[in-house]
Amino acid sequence: MTKINSKIPNGPVSEKWLNYKAGCKLVNPSNKRKLDIIVVGTGLAGASAAASLSELGYKVKAFCYQDSPRRAHSIAAQGGINAAKNYQNDGDSVYRLFYDTVKGGDYRAREANVYRLAEVSNNIIDQCVAQGVPFARDYGGLLDNRSFGGAQVSRTFYARGQTGQQLLLGAYSALSRQVALGGVELFTRRDMLDVVLVDGKARGIIVRNLKTGEIEKHSAHAVVLATGGYGNVFYLSTNAMGSNISPAWQAYKKGAFFGNPCFTQIHPTCIPVHGTYQSKLTLMSESLRNDGRIWVPKNMEAVEKIRKKEINAQDIPEEERDYYLERRYPAFGNLVPRDVASRAAKERCDAGYGVNQEGLAVYLDFKDAINRLGKDVVEARYGNLFQMYEKIVDENPYQTPMMIYPAVHYTMGGVWVDYELMTSIPGLYCLGEANFSDHGANRLGASALMQGLADGYFVLPYTIGNYLASEIHTPRFKTDMPEFEKAAQDVNNRINTLMEIKGTQTVDSLHKKLGHIMWEYCGMARNEEGLKLGIKKIQDLKAEFWKDVKIPETTDIFNQELEKANRVADFIELGELMMRDALNRKESCGGHFREESQTEDGEAKRNDADFAYVAAWEYKGENAEPELHKEDLKFEVVELVTRNYK
Amino acid sequence: MNLTLKIWRQKDSKTKGNFETYQINDISPDCSFLEMLDQLNEKLISEQKDPVAFSRGDCGVSFDHDCREGICGMCGMFINGRAHGPDLGVTTCQLHMRKFKDGDTIVVEPWRAKPFPIIKDLVVDRTAFDKIIQAGGYVSVNTGGVPDANAIPVPKNRADEAMDAAACIGCGACVATCKNASAMLFVAAKVSQLALLPQGAVEAKERAIKMVRKMDELGFGNCTNTGACEVECPKEVSISHIARLNREFFLSVLSS
Ligand SMILES: Cc1cc2nc3c(=O)[nH]c(=O)nc-3n(C[C@H](O)[C@H](O)[C@H](O)COP(=O)(O)OP(=O)(O)OC[C@H]3O[C@@H](n4cnc5c(N)ncnc54)[C@H](O)[C@@H]3O)c2cc1C
Ligand code: FES
Repeated sequence: MTKINSKIPNGPVSEKWLNYKAGCKLVNPSNKRKLDIIVVGTGLAGASAAASLSELGYKVKAFCYQDSPRRAHSIAAQGGINAAKNYQNDGDSVYRLFYDTVKGGDYRAREANVYRLAEVSNNIIDQCVAQGVPFARDYGGLLDNRSFGGAQVSRTFYARGQTGQQLLLGAYSALSRQVALGGVELFTRRDMLDVVLVDGKARGIIVRNLKTGEIEKHSAHAVVLATGGYGNVFYLSTNAMGSNISPAWQAYKKGAFFGNPCFTQIHPTCIPVHGTYQSKLTLMSESLRNDGRIWVPKNMEAVEKIRKKEINAQDIPEEERDYYLERRYPAFGNLVPRDVASRAAKERCDAGYGVNQEGLAVYLDFKDAINRLGKDVVEARYGNLFQMYEKIVDENPYQTPMMIYPAVHYTMGGVWVDYELMTSIPGLYCLGEANFSDHGANRLGASALMQGLADGYFVLPYTIGNYLASEIHTPRFKTDMPEFEKAAQDVNNRINTLMEIKGTQTVDSLHKKLGHIMWEYCGMARNEEGLKLGIKKIQDLKAEFWKDVKIPETTDIFNQELEKANRVADFIELGELMMRDALNRKESCGGHFREESQTEDGEAKRNDADFAYVAAWEYKGENAEPELHKEDLKFEVVELVTRNYK
Repeated sequence: MNLTLKIWRQKDSKTKGNFETYQINDISPDCSFLEMLDQLNEKLISEQKDPVAFSRGDCGVSFDHDCREGICGMCGMFINGRAHGPDLGVTTCQLHMRKFKDGDTIVVEPWRAKPFPIIKDLVVDRTAFDKIIQAGGYVSVNTGGVPDANAIPVPKNRADEAMDAAACIGCGACVATCKNASAMLFVAAKVSQLALLPQGAVEAKERAIKMVRKMDELGFGNCTNTGACEVECPKEVSISHIARLNREFFLSVLSS
């Protein structure tokens, strides 16, 4: 018997959310005051949830590892946020956004969730404007839109190249208002290190105060994780240095299923790797593909001359350039979805046409856009991105085309949740990038911001009531219960074990090793042999880590090496699960490309007969293999066809 | 590149700190300032003999950082006497070593301002900024029940100016640079952003007064218009926003 119940409401897809809201239980205002909710994470998902729940009257405790909630990695999102407003009158609708998202996700997302996401997308834009988010506007004073990959309409709202920043500051302001009103208590510089279960329900968390090293216990009636993605398992990614899997991983080890861990998004337009000291990769927003054209030289001689710096990109005449996306995908051209664009870049570079020293870069060229629109217009659209590129690479992209290469960017996989965003642990919820829910095997650009805010502002505030309505008789918890003591003791033990190792390798050097293994065997292309070898290598690395990591200083102070060690220990275990999942999924879909499953012309080949399911993994103990549960995906509205962007 | 680093080391807020000198060699001009510090830390930690009985000098240098692309506002240090170092319009994480010369001596210190106590080495506590925002840096709307996003047109130039102000990343460079440790540029950026938009204009006067009072209460100094903050702001937020803040503030004082 399957242990999976996704709780999808009855009725046609367009009425499910309505039906749900009409039927879900409510908590009356005087009872809400007696209920505590812990929200871990203050990114778009966490901040919007914490603020909205507090507005409703719940008592919220909000946690983040940075010094301020405003610094969550949502801040770094550049390009924009989708909504089905159809302000451009170009044929958009809730249905079309829903359809594009399911198709873009290569038919591995839940229809019901995605439809709800598209439905509430419009409310998000209204909400953000009301908060004072300075979205871009046209000369008539109305909101402007741009296009993003995987869509043929302009539905992306943006605030220059800083959309995530502006949306997050909006949510942060709503959160700050609730802090002032006393509904939210903030706990910054806290690292969540365990989730506490009492009688099978999530009742609290254990955190380490990063400033003092103190281990703290916090209790609540429900716990919400909104802790972001796990791209840093690859060491190099576009994520913030502190982005981590730990809260989700502890939930997994306590019984929450982990959904589709191998679904990773490799973003096609990032600044290429440039040295062994490199600590992170910088994204160049997808919006650049609106006006930039991607190419490599057609001829090998030109490539060699470029690498030797004998000629510049500008010297290569038009007819000797291979605009390979326009060539292969004439209908979508440079705006194909990310997975397709990334693989096409890899294909050209593998064939030897990469244009930097390492042979791992392609051009993103604005020459035509500058000729067509003028430098001023290009600067108004992308000025800050061009500036960022120039600061890093020391080249002027108005004159020389940018050099870009794919990089790890986003994780579609995450903690498995049902329609209510509840994990398989009662009372434990998961929102935003940390859950697996809406993007299938590939996320479309500008849809993560939409999902984070949808989850936090408009979904969880309803669904959590349905659970808490039956908790109104549960009095506030004390943290001196044995369950809390035990969890805190476990955390202390683990930290002490780490400190006692006193080995020879730094945390970063071990993290880099993990990154190499992941990129090599579980990166843009995967195969059975490699994955099996990868699993072995990760197991060895785990042993090496627990034998030889070196963490200086003590536990009772601000200790950044200890923080990192806690995270890397979890990343190593996650890496193994990702490989197992990739090994199990013997099909290519979205960001997951199995070399054994491709068409003659190298396009990904999906296998709907055998793999139209969510892989939900259950932890079975330290040395046991995890158990796979399958949530079959039923497509009632969208017809499963091969994605075609040609 | 080979460099000499003089870095402020301090165990915690209670202990006195001091400068330590380090030599670091073979640094690529293409790496960022923080990646240079990463390399120093790797070296210090690897060479450290006894991981417990350490002296401040031989364990890794603590510094705040997260996004490493100039947007989260987490990083920030005084480099050769300037907030975020010698380059204009960048945060410390975006500063590249090509801005220095082989053989340079580089002095690295934390933000120094009374409202930002030092936590350790180069890490300071900036929660005072959150408190200022909590005092009024928002539009008082709840989730749901708001009008359609296009119901109120906003002239493009006003929206653009609001965006210029909203670009503030809350790093604290303005405070650290100001001889009075004033947070006026930080406060002005928020007040100005919201005052420029019809959604925020309703509470503009009240907001200005609440935020300025909070700033004073938290021990930030007064603004004496030296303009140093604008020069060092990595997001180039203009002091013209301080003029707008003053206007809102005086209107508010007059009307109350
Ligand atoms: C460079 C970049 C550009 C992007 N651009 C776009 C875009 O244009 N459009 C789009 O739609 N999406 C974009 N994305 C994706 C999108 O930004 C993210 O998926 C989304 O913002 C994630 O939001 P979140 O709230 O789920 O998590 P985050 O914003 O990552 O927040 C995570 C929170 O959890 C907290 N946390 C994490 N671990 C712990 C722990 N152990 N203990 C305590 N707290 C913890 C953190 O402190 C933080 O507050 C981009 C992503 C990147 C990296
Ligand atoms: S680390 Fe985020 S701004 Fe420098």
